[in-house]
Amino acid sequence: MSEHEEHTTHSQGFYLLIGAVLLVLTATTVGAAFVNLGPFNPVVALLIATVKATLVVLFFMHVKGASEKLTGAVVVAGFFFLAILLSLSLADYLTRSWR
Amino acid sequence: MSDSPVTAGSVTTMEHEAHNPALLHHFSDAQQQKNAASLGMWLFLVTEIMFFGGMFCAYLVYRVAHFNSFAAASQQLSIGMGAFNTAVLIVSSVTVVLAVKAAEAGKRKLLVGYLVVTVLLGMTFLVVKGFEYREKFERHHVPGPTFKFTDTFDDNGKQIPVNPKEAELFFSLYFAMTGMHALHMIIGCGLFSVLAIFAWKGHYSPGYFTPIENAGLYWHLVDIIWIYLFPLLYLISRHS
Repeated sequence: MSEHEEHTTHSQGFYLLIGAVLLVLTATTVGAAFVNLGPFNPVVALLIATVKATLVVLFFMHVKGASEKLTGAVVVAGFFFLAILLSLSLADYLTRSWR
Repeated sequence: MSDSPVTAGSVTTMEHEAHNPALLHHFSDAQQQKNAASLGMWLFLVTEIMFFGGMFCAYLVYRVAHFNSFAAASQQLSIGMGAFNTAVLIVSSVTVVLAVKAAEAGKRKLLVGYLVVTVLLGMTFLVVKGFEYREKFERHHVPGPTFKFTDTFDDNGKQIPVNPKEAELFFSLYFAMTGMHALHMIIGCGLFSVLAIFAWKGHYSPGYFTPIENAGLYWHLVDIIWIYLFPLLYLISRHS
């Protein structure tokens, strides 16, 4: 929660740190792609991507610490509807083995 | 704090209006105006999430249906260029937040500098993407009458059962998704170019830099879309 409009951003060092973490995660996901993890290759890649996206949303897009709670609700609702789109579609297509 | 003074009297509104020329008369104060702009931007970004979500969904459904062909086609993409572009976009996201910070601190020249660097990084991404597209044209991997797919052996020289029609579908989705993403990058570069000019002219102050913030939100979302496109298109099919 921010006290005033002046304090919505973090320090420069913090942004550079998050940027460095994102670059390290990118290197990790590229490295993991060359290791044979069987069915877990996509899982690991998407898990790392989700961690990266979460860091960007929370700290670069300032959803964590946003003074307006409604913004957070809109963000969560957006990803919730995306989850409905993906899960219900895949629940159909992944269970059509009878075809 | 979000004790939005929606019910604040018109007297204070008049006072604020006199103080801050960027404050529109239908908002109580600058913070409320900023929150409203941010909320509106997020509503737009949610429509963008659903728009790209539809394409991600199509990609996932077809990847499941045509697994071998999609894996073989995916292995033809350049991980090196994709990873380089991912890094470029992450660095550009950092320069965008630093630009917002510079705007908040009222450092005009620093703000213009970060905005220009952001545009240059965005253009770097597009140039690398262009080289990737050129390679696709040269190898006849662009969907259409000249499409050819003959790379039906994996890294160990083993034959993979690939249907070229299904590989073509992969490249259709590849071009639709990366192309739509690149279009967003082009729009973002134009946006930040205009903002850099406005910033140079001194349109923004510590009390008003909402356009920088909202363009930043847009840029970060485009970054996030690439953060998902990169593993889905380039990485997850290396071992299948």
